[in-house]
Amino acid sequence: MPAVSKGDGMRGLAVFISDIRNCKSKEAEVKRINKELANIRSKFKGDKALDGYSKKKYVCKLLFIFLLGHDIDFGHMEAVNLLSSNKYTEKQIGYLFISVLVNSNSELIRLINNAIKNDLASRNATFMNLALHCIANVGSREMAEAFASDIPRILVAGDTMDSVKQSAALCLLRLNRTSPDLVPMGEWTARVVHLLNDQHLGVVTAATSLITTLAQKSPDDFKTSVSLAVARLSRIVTSASIDLQDYTYYFVAAPWLSVKLLRLLQCYPPPEDASLRSRLSECLETILNKAQEPPKSKKVQHSNAKNAVLFEAIALIIHHDSEPNLLVRACNQLGQFLQHRETNLRYLALESMCTLASSEFSHEAVKTHIETVISALKTERDVSVRQRAVDLLYAMCDRSNSKQIVAEMLSYLETADYSIREEIVLKVAILAEKYAVDYTWYVDTILNLIRIAGDYVSEEVWYRVIQIVINRDDVQGYAAKTVFEALQAPACHENLVKVGGYILGEFGNLIAGDPRSSPLVQFNLLHSKFHLCSVPTRALLLSAYIKFINLFPEVKGTIQDVLRSDSQLRNADVELQQRAVEYLRLSCIASTDILATVLEEMPPFPERESSILAKLKKKKGSSKLPDMDDSRKNVNGSAEFVCKNNGVIYENQLLQIGLKSEYRQNLGRMYVFYGNKTSTQFQSFSTSVSTTLQLNVQEKPVDPLIEAGAQVQQILNIECVSDFSDAPVLNIQFRYGGTLQNIAVKLPVMLNKFFQPTEMTSQDFFQRWKQLGAPQQEVQKIFIAKNQMDTDVTKAKLLGFGVALLDGVDPNPVNFVGAGIIHTKTTQVGCLLRLEPNTQAQMYRLTLRTSKESVSQRLCELLSEQF
Amino acid sequence: MMQFMLLFSRQGKLRLQKWYVPLSDKERKKISRDLVQTILARKPKMCSFLEWRDLKIVYKRYASLYFCCAVEDQDNELITLEIIHRYVELLDKYFGSVCELDIIFNFEKAYFILDEFLLGGEAQETSKKNVLKAIEQADLLQEEAEAPRSVLEEIGLT
Repeated sequence: MPAVSKGDGMRGLAVFISDIRNCKSKEAEVKRINKELANIRSKFKGDKALDGYSKKKYVCKLLFIFLLGHDIDFGHMEAVNLLSSNKYTEKQIGYLFISVLVNSNSELIRLINNAIKNDLASRNATFMNLALHCIANVGSREMAEAFASDIPRILVAGDTMDSVKQSAALCLLRLNRTSPDLVPMGEWTARVVHLLNDQHLGVVTAATSLITTLAQKSPDDFKTSVSLAVARLSRIVTSASIDLQDYTYYFVAAPWLSVKLLRLLQCYPPPEDASLRSRLSECLETILNKAQEPPKSKKVQHSNAKNAVLFEAIALIIHHDSEPNLLVRACNQLGQFLQHRETNLRYLALESMCTLASSEFSHEAVKTHIETVISALKTERDVSVRQRAVDLLYAMCDRSNSKQIVAEMLSYLETADYSIREEIVLKVAILAEKYAVDYTWYVDTILNLIRIAGDYVSEEVWYRVIQIVINRDDVQGYAAKTVFEALQAPACHENLVKVGGYILGEFGNLIAGDPRSSPLVQFNLLHSKFHLCSVPTRALLLSAYIKFINLFPEVKGTIQDVLRSDSQLRNADVELQQRAVEYLRLSCIASTDILATVLEEMPPFPERESSILAKLKKKKGSSKLPDMDDSRKNVNGSAEFVCKNNGVIYENQLLQIGLKSEYRQNLGRMYVFYGNKTSTQFQSFSTSVSTTLQLNVQEKPVDPLIEAGAQVQQILNIECVSDFSDAPVLNIQFRYGGTLQNIAVKLPVMLNKFFQPTEMTSQDFFQRWKQLGAPQQEVQKIFIAKNQMDTDVTKAKLLGFGVALLDGVDPNPVNFVGAGIIHTKTTQVGCLLRLEPNTQAQMYRLTLRTSKESVSQRLCELLSEQF
Repeated sequence: MMQFMLLFSRQGKLRLQKWYVPLSDKERKKISRDLVQTILARKPKMCSFLEWRDLKIVYKRYASLYFCCAVEDQDNELITLEIIHRYVELLDKYFGSVCELDIIFNFEKAYFILDEFLLGGEAQETSKKNVLKAIEQADLLQEEAEAPRSVLEEIGLT
């Protein structure tokens, strides 16, 4: 066979490749390539028509140059010409070039599609395959438009060759992924599912991938594939290893197909039909049994293929989460792998056990392996394996073993790789909080974290410890004592100084009775760290000092001296200087009563989701979840909701979200409706809304189950604290089939929702207009009309925006003038606006005047998008 | 689904790249650079899998060449490792004990064989015999097409 490959060798190409390989430097290579590009360009432009062979050779050279990483900006036309050559190798190179260097040049796409069309119609299997490979490789929308309707026909036609069916199935899969809207499956569904019964295992292999993807999107339409997949799988696992001939891989029967079938079954819950269910259980048991049999070959390929099927079977068992017996067997099998000599198997066993740990049936069984996992953390030489061990310890942690796990993680942290330290810190902080029975343990753990890995302790972590200490009075005295002791260390991390400053400032009085930690000792200890700290920490310490003045009148003089010193009062940093000046004045002029009120102990923080958990989730990346792209595409432009309060804000294949909202002054209430569009229940449905300081959104609980086709309602209460520009984001999470879906939708809550219209006379309007004449109060924008300029529509939009329209104010009747007040919790901002349409120029001029610059800006942005 | 496959040498030279998801040229270069660096830095006995961005990377070294595949979160690492091995077997059988030079000088063949084996990021045909049969047939077609031409040329009719 090698003779054949050399037979068509293009000598010129081989010489060129040799030349490039002989180039001593990057410059020489670039020079050689430029020479070749010039040569090819002149050949393509020359008067003499090139024969097919030369064209093929030059196109191939261009491809080689491109694959080396250089840009290619010509040769596409010649490649397209090759497509219609009747010589196979020329056609083949043409297709390869097109597949690698797709160009969205519409002229060429038409020609390419034409060539593909001819080859698809040629009834020559080899040509048809080339064309199908090209469509699958490019997968562009134009191609989907042109061929999405032909390919299913080719796929299910009785007289199609097997190899063409295989290509057609995967080609369709690719088009379905890139342009699902263009690939209607309706009439073909039954026949596509039936391909699972095909005689040819290659066809079944390709078709299973296609069916899996389609079943993930519309499980109901492909329900019938379950019984066929079980039957097929059962035949494979019970076959003797030679039965499947060339589909047997190192004595393992059809491993690829088995994995794909097991994957397809993970799109569905366990079969309801009892006999089907028991047949599937038998298959899974057989696979588990085979893992215990002695290997049929010593080759790693044998064990890899066998274990690939085993791991996929375990994934299905975990997905079904319904057979305790299988779950425990799976766990024991993985337990064996934890000590296997193959690093790969140890890695996968740790990974797979993480999911087993979350099943109530196998959680206890997973826990029995704790010592092995801890030793993996200490002895594994590969950081990726150690990372898996950390993940598993985190997953198997519960009240019974939390002390041990947290202690092990802390001790590992001392030597952990830099790349995973931050994540371990977050995990320890979460576990310590979640399983703290006694909060002294929690405080010790966090202080240890700061001591061991201070640089990796993010703000979230130390904010959290302060929140918890402030909210639980049983731990405040202990916390004060502990930070005081920790601060004794000659070198302590700045994060410790922050926590120490904050806690002593609030609760230093609880330990002041002990002469070893008298107020003055506390103060001197803190102040000894002051000069080594960054500006934000120093600012925090200054606040701690003023709190000290309130807690301990006896150190007032000492602290005032410090505040009065030049290094504070004349500090180059404005923030520090301002604090020093203000705190000094406050301590001099305020009576003790006032001081006590101003510097009162912090009130408890409202309970909220741990910000550390949010950070860990973020770190782990929500982009993992497949629907993200989808959802971004689907979010309705929030511009649409500036002037209206009801409508559908999001829709994908699974879920529709609609809303109704009403606003009064600075408060709003939003009714959100979640509609399940599928015929399968959504489970573990939960939502969360990002709340900011400016905008407070509180969600009422929502039912965790949404039945097929049903709709549930959730109420959100909204409070506008001060003016804002970012809309809150609604995060939705639920389980559908086996997969976790994550959707993020921007809620259409904009500043203008908090408008109250104000009627006023012409005289009042102009008087106020003049009052708001300062440059930063006015914002003006001139812009081109995007929509038809219609007076009634404009009126409706302005009313929808929330202002009152004032007739007869503007001398020019075509102009619009409006007024309203934005209500926030902290202030009310009066707004005046004027909109001047110019129908001839198809433009508008919008002027806004308000007493607050940021409000003028924001309203102008919002409103100018509407016309 | 496999998102891409890269073949590169110990010196970090890319020998083959196959992308099953649409990415810009710039992104492709960045990804290849990142991954080549990451993988070359790993020690021989380390495991063949690693997490990278939101993908799973599965790689294996054969002589001077690294074969590296990126698959999605739900995909099976071990079967991907055997995809790599089967591809190596296919190249080996076709070229007769394949080496890096075969892939450099016959890069187009390496792509054709890959297309017969994997399509759209999924295994299309896992039988070694069937894949090689398809490639052989194509090679035969080319011989038939070329043979008459040389005859005509010999008798001076062109």
